[in-house]
Amino acid sequence: MSASSARPPIPTHPRLGVRAAYRVQRWLRPNAALRWLSARIEASGLARPLFTQAERQAKQALFGCRMCGQCALPVTGYVCPMGCPKELRNGPCGGVAADGGCEVYPDRRCVWVEAYERAAAQGRAADLRLLHRPADNRRWGTSSWLSYWQGRDEDLWTAGDRAPVRGAAR
Amino acid sequence: MSLRERLNSGGFAVTAEISPPRGADTGPVTAAAAVLRDWVDAVNVTDNQGSSVRLASWAGSLAAQAAGLEPVMQMTCRDRNRIALQSDLLGACALGIRNVLVMTGDHPRFGDHPGAKPVFDLDSVQLLWTLRAMRDDGVLLSGRRLRPPPDCFLGAVENPSAPPRDFRADRLAKKVAAGAQFVQTQYVFDIGVFGSWMARVRDLGLHRRCHVLAGIGAVRSRRALDYMREKVPGVVVPDDVYRRLTAGPADRFADEAAKLAAELVQQVRDIEGVAGVHLFAAGNEHVVPAILDSAGIRAGDHGR
Repeated sequence: MSASSARPPIPTHPRLGVRAAYRVQRWLRPNAALRWLSARIEASGLARPLFTQAERQAKQALFGCRMCGQCALPVTGYVCPMGCPKELRNGPCGGVAADGGCEVYPDRRCVWVEAYERAAAQGRAADLRLLHRPADNRRWGTSSWLSYWQGRDEDLWTAGDRAPVRGAAR
Repeated sequence: MSLRERLNSGGFAVTAEISPPRGADTGPVTAAAAVLRDWVDAVNVTDNQGSSVRLASWAGSLAAQAAGLEPVMQMTCRDRNRIALQSDLLGACALGIRNVLVMTGDHPRFGDHPGAKPVFDLDSVQLLWTLRAMRDDGVLLSGRRLRPPPDCFLGAVENPSAPPRDFRADRLAKKVAAGAQFVQTQYVFDIGVFGSWMARVRDLGLHRRCHVLAGIGAVRSRRALDYMREKVPGVVVPDDVYRRLTAGPADRFADEAAKLAAELVQQVRDIEGVAGVHLFAAGNEHVVPAILDSAGIRAGDHGR
């Protein structure tokens, strides 16, 4: 929780273009090599914090990442929903200003307005219809890349209309 | 006839809104309920509206119920984590509250305790999803079983005029997938914007799975209108509506606003897929009968 209290959420415009982000996404997809590597990193008391710190630096610079440890970026047009002052993971609140400004920070654009524009521009608007399960607050400060490669993120969201709110991995 | 029965029978439903008082007395809720009782099917009881402390929504809901008016208990994600939200639903349902309206909630920064900790542990989709699982599957978010499960009719809100507008019907689709059975919209002033949103709602088939109530406002005074236009998040008052309401003398303002509200009720009623209206008139309940009367909805058509 320290990460969440240290840096309050604030809408952040991503520094990485959406096309480049989707390209990087393809390289990062889990495969046997990444699964093996991530297991080794997780097992190491030295490599794990170093790797986590590197992830924090990179994602903070690019997306304003706050290290919730359960990354939604691949399905939000690479705009971080945890920058929303209400930390909404399922879309915008009803308080978005007519010019697309955030209810709380009117001089910044709503993260979901940006997410929709970026995803739609790449034909990925359907991503925003996925249902995100409640966040697990124990994961703050942990590496979401390691979790992703280890297969622990498969239940973060679902397309299912009658899917259980509680994922199998919880 | 309950709100659920009214909507499920295909009747045109009318709801209104009561803001509980800042004080330890349910008298104002009872008084407002007496005005509305014969005119509306149910009344929303707000949950610390505008992030300012008021008597609790569950307590106001029980007071409305005791006064013979079916409550819709509003529940925001702002002040309670998932433990408290689930617990409060159990308590409310055990005491006979049947309608629950889930919303994100305004940020605390705009209320009377701007330094309060914003909770938002669940978002509105996740809260609807959780409540539906409690009712239909008899389980908590933790997976533990409930006995007996709560019986509730689940409502959501949506704002058709807020950006990203192309996504607003899809956002309702998420809420319907999560469990919303009815939806009340934010203030509708622009029939064109509302109509396009409804067209997309129909394209997605949502009106067949979720009853849509259009939010119509009766603004009390020019000051209230200015406040709403500048300060209330997400409310869009188009320029032509603003000009129309402010064109006449100040003492005619309320009449013109009521006339506009009645016209809007009639207009949304003609839009395919609209199942009812929700009247925003908290603190101004006495205008509700006149608006409904001039919109052609009679006393006794609604209420119990």
